[in-house]
Amino acid sequence: MSKERLAGRLVTPGEELDPEVEAQPPFVIEVDGKKIATVVGLYQEREGKKHFARLKGPYVPRPGDVVIGLVTSVGIMNWYVDLNSPYTGVLSVNDFLGRPFNPAVDDMGKMLRVGDYVKVKILAFDKTRNPLLTVQDKDLGRIVSGTVVEIAPAKVPRVIGRKKSMLETLEKETECKFFVAVNGRIHIECPNKGLEAVAVLAVKMIEREAHTTGLTERVMKFIQEERKIREV
Amino acid sequence: MGGGKKPDIKLISDDGLRHDGRRLDEIRPVRMRVGVLNNADGSALVEFGRTRVIAAVYGPKEPVQKFALLPDKATLRVRYHMAPFSTEERKSPAPSRREIELTKVIREALEPVILVEEYPRTVIDVFIEVLQADGGTRTAGVTAASLALADAGIPMKGLVGGVAIGKVEGHLVVDVDELEDMYGEADMPVAAAPDLGLVTLLQLNGVLSREEFSKALDLALTAIRTIVDLERKALKESYVSSE
Repeated sequence: MSKERLAGRLVTPGEELDPEVEAQPPFVIEVDGKKIATVVGLYQEREGKKHFARLKGPYVPRPGDVVIGLVTSVGIMNWYVDLNSPYTGVLSVNDFLGRPFNPAVDDMGKMLRVGDYVKVKILAFDKTRNPLLTVQDKDLGRIVSGTVVEIAPAKVPRVIGRKKSMLETLEKETECKFFVAVNGRIHIECPNKGLEAVAVLAVKMIEREAHTTGLTERVMKFIQEERKIREV
Repeated sequence: MGGGKKPDIKLISDDGLRHDGRRLDEIRPVRMRVGVLNNADGSALVEFGRTRVIAAVYGPKEPVQKFALLPDKATLRVRYHMAPFSTEERKSPAPSRREIELTKVIREALEPVILVEEYPRTVIDVFIEVLQADGGTRTAGVTAASLALADAGIPMKGLVGGVAIGKVEGHLVVDVDELEDMYGEADMPVAAAPDLGLVTLLQLNGVLSREEFSKALDLALTAIRTIVDLERKALKESYVSSE
């Protein structure tokens, strides 16, 4: 994919890892006292810490996660929300309103429509039923402005960076506001369309080159150059 | 498979080389590429000599038909299919008896290594399409599917590889091709996960003595170790080389 240096050692399913690596099932499992990687990922040693980061794979909802969902269909008392995951979320209309739904006065079609992005929190999920969503918290609800880009959920930590370094670079260089959801959807709000285009390209670049080193500097340079070319 | 009138050519020469110049225990030139399809979550193209197989993985996902769901694990749906242009004479695209059987054995060859319990109530679709058939398509299919699953980021305890051992003119040969399969005395496809010490597919067409069988299995496991190493290399190359 790129000629840049790898940010660690590439590991494939079934390879044994250092016993000090933290087990993170199902991506690092313990078999007979040995730590085994189950997905393609990077093994990194930094400041004495041994870490495994996966490079591929789906997002599985966890209670408490704040994610960006896409409304895919409307039920009688709820919406079905795609979470970029194998499991579709359910958002109840009573939760959305914060009070009981009254079909005589309330119109669900005026609240959320198919194709709307919503920022939601996962209230409960244990894989036996589909995730239950809520918008009853700060800054949750329908996304009304800006744009949403989708990347592979496994690449999300790279967009945030260590101690949010990548995110801070993105916000400073593009003058946009970013919300990075763990399910791989990123909400970007920019002062103008030109900057928005640059911000989207920068996010896509991070996704493409997530496994390489020195990415923050390259992204910074990329944004500065693009802004000069596009005059934004 | 088996039978047919033997052609005039010798399948094994006097100096112990096969009709295509390979040694008895030599696999065909292998080429593997990962991530060849954009629309799939994971994909791989695998070639063993003139045999060429492509595999695509979709999922885990919520299926359209909910009856496919299992409450405690992901459903693995496999389709092994030969393209109409993959053989010398046009093959009907409808699934044949043979393809239905191979679908089943390939699914069972993959299932033991996938952590299906991690994604209950979902399905994982694996499509295996034979583009060009020259013997050993089921083992190439298993190999390609294993690579595509790893490319899709589906947790697996290890990689699976496959190879077919044959008995040709009294000699055990590794990685049989179409000609050796047609006129040989026996054909034994094997798939295994060497990291786990698991044999996940074992079929035998023809007759082998007990000694021949255990020798054939050893030959297969040695070859599979090489094939799985090549899989690892292909997975890593999708991140470093190209360009």
